[in-house]
Amino acid sequence: MNKPVVVAHDLTRHYEVGGGIFSSTQTVEALSGASFTLQPGKTLAVVGESGCGKSTLARVVTMIEPPTSGTLMIDDEAVSPDKWASLRSSVQIVFQDPYGSLNPRQRIGDILMEPLVINRKDMSAKDREAQARDMLAMVGLRREHFDRYPHMFSGGQRQRIAVARALMLNPRVLVLDEPVSALDLSIQSQVLNLLVELQEKLGLAYLFISHDLSVVKHMADDIVVMYLGRPVETGPIEDVVANPRHPYTKALLSATPIADPTIEKKRIKLEGELPSPINVPKGCAFSPRCWKATEECRAKRPVLDEGRHRVACYHPEG
Amino acid sequence: MALLRIRNLSVDFATASGKFRAVDSMDVTVDRGDILAIVGESGSGKSVSMLAMMGLLPWTATITADEMSFDGIDLRSVTAAQRRKIIGRDMAMIFQEPMSSLNPCFTVGFQIRESLRKHMNMSRRERHQRAIELFEQVGIPEPEKRLGVFPHQMSGGMNQRVMIAMAIACRPRLLIADEPTTALDVTIQAQILELLTGLQRDTGMALILITHDMGVVAETAQRVSVQYAGQKVEEQPVRPLFSTPHHPYTAALLAALPERATSKILPSIPGVVPGQFDRPKGCLFSPRCSKADDRCREIEPENQPEELGRAKCHYPLGVNEPEMAQ
Repeated sequence: MNKPVVVAHDLTRHYEVGGGIFSSTQTVEALSGASFTLQPGKTLAVVGESGCGKSTLARVVTMIEPPTSGTLMIDDEAVSPDKWASLRSSVQIVFQDPYGSLNPRQRIGDILMEPLVINRKDMSAKDREAQARDMLAMVGLRREHFDRYPHMFSGGQRQRIAVARALMLNPRVLVLDEPVSALDLSIQSQVLNLLVELQEKLGLAYLFISHDLSVVKHMADDIVVMYLGRPVETGPIEDVVANPRHPYTKALLSATPIADPTIEKKRIKLEGELPSPINVPKGCAFSPRCWKATEECRAKRPVLDEGRHRVACYHPEG
Repeated sequence: MALLRIRNLSVDFATASGKFRAVDSMDVTVDRGDILAIVGESGSGKSVSMLAMMGLLPWTATITADEMSFDGIDLRSVTAAQRRKIIGRDMAMIFQEPMSSLNPCFTVGFQIRESLRKHMNMSRRERHQRAIELFEQVGIPEPEKRLGVFPHQMSGGMNQRVMIAMAIACRPRLLIADEPTTALDVTIQAQILELLTGLQRDTGMALILITHDMGVVAETAQRVSVQYAGQKVEEQPVRPLFSTPHHPYTAALLAALPERATSKILPSIPGVVPGQFDRPKGCLFSPRCSKADDRCREIEPENQPEELGRAKCHYPLGVNEPEMAQ
């Protein structure tokens, strides 16, 4: 087994909100107890509904924000805010919306060279340009696109540019925050193929954040299912999909539409809403919506069990 | 008689750089209790064709059609006042972006009661009762409290449900849902789709579902119409469409689905949808089609017969070879 590039242990991120003259501050537990490892050449998918802490996780791993507690190791080096500057070049991010994440006033060349200008000060301008043009070719665009502006490209091409920008500093880890959800179906497969090819060529580790389970099934090696800021189930993708052990995973899988009209599906209906992360239910966060919940679930929060396919539930399936 | 019948609908937009044809000779027929899904990529004219029918396009649009009738009423010649009587009552639409489609200045309760006040002969108390009932129906918890809330105080999913409640408020006979679940999480999406198909079953409402999600299509639709660059390229009932697509574009779209993948590299469609300036001669899909030849690039294909899903292609797929020779 390869040495992991990223080891996260018990990452937690809380935000303080409110706190006017008459009210006290409240804590939003956006992310709690996230532990995982990223291997080179492997993809870890993070799935969950909105508000489950996927994007907070991405922000903590890319060192945009410090974790409230917990440790993050990148290449055996513990991450702390004073080391961010040097470590950030090995973890890069691709955002969801390629229309919002590229500066419309910058040429593609400038967008790609900016990370080099900042982080590789000793590099000559000529080398920078050569590297940017090579990168364009690598992500399936043409070298002469260097002088164009983002508005001249379609959504799929923009997402390629965003990937190219993320790769300029030769990172080891790419955080992909819903990379294809803003793209059309026929373009989506082009971008997914590009990501697969780049991973094989460069041995990148992907942290793939998505809510689309059919894309995740295709891309991921391992999966983390999150609910209200906490991982509720993790394991190899085939195991988790073939036999989900947490009731929430099961409900999520059953709610995902399958593009096959001949399949008769039995859907698990979830009652109620995702509770607000400000007042997370005591005990298991899923218990108010769970059909298996007992007194125990409502009183004490279950923790992830041991093994390869781990689940945080008192009454796991299967 | 069909509830909605559109023949040869075209929509042109006058843009600064000339005329742009967003919808090109499109036919739609919907009967009572039908669920028709219109699928296609962005820019394929799905929403524009429906907006044209509702009379919601700006003045820059030129709409031409041989026939456009709803329940025997000719939508091409009705006056604005008559149209307002139909729209919102017999024919309603759920828009894609709930956040920008609701009025931020009024409470959601006011907005939902407004459509009841305009269209239904109800007293104030009845309207209030009906609004609560609708909120319960779409799964909004604590409906009475939520009626007094402004759109910005609720999440996207909640606002989408308000939109849906508003659309079904007057028990429409035709509901057009433009990407009704794109902004929602899968568990909520499942609830909403169930609600819409339930209404269709119980009240015989016809439903037009505009979407790009093949999973949603497979699970809800009865018939599917595939659009490409403003043209309808194929229409079939849902099962045969998924098992034997006749147009190469449909086949390529289905092959690009990650769940149908057989290897790590997905079959993908090269290129992008043609825009205003690179509209090809002949078949619009020919530059991206793996089977295109000179004939495709020169001559625009006619629609194939009904058995072949009216595929707009010279060389439809899923045909036995001997039949082709005839």
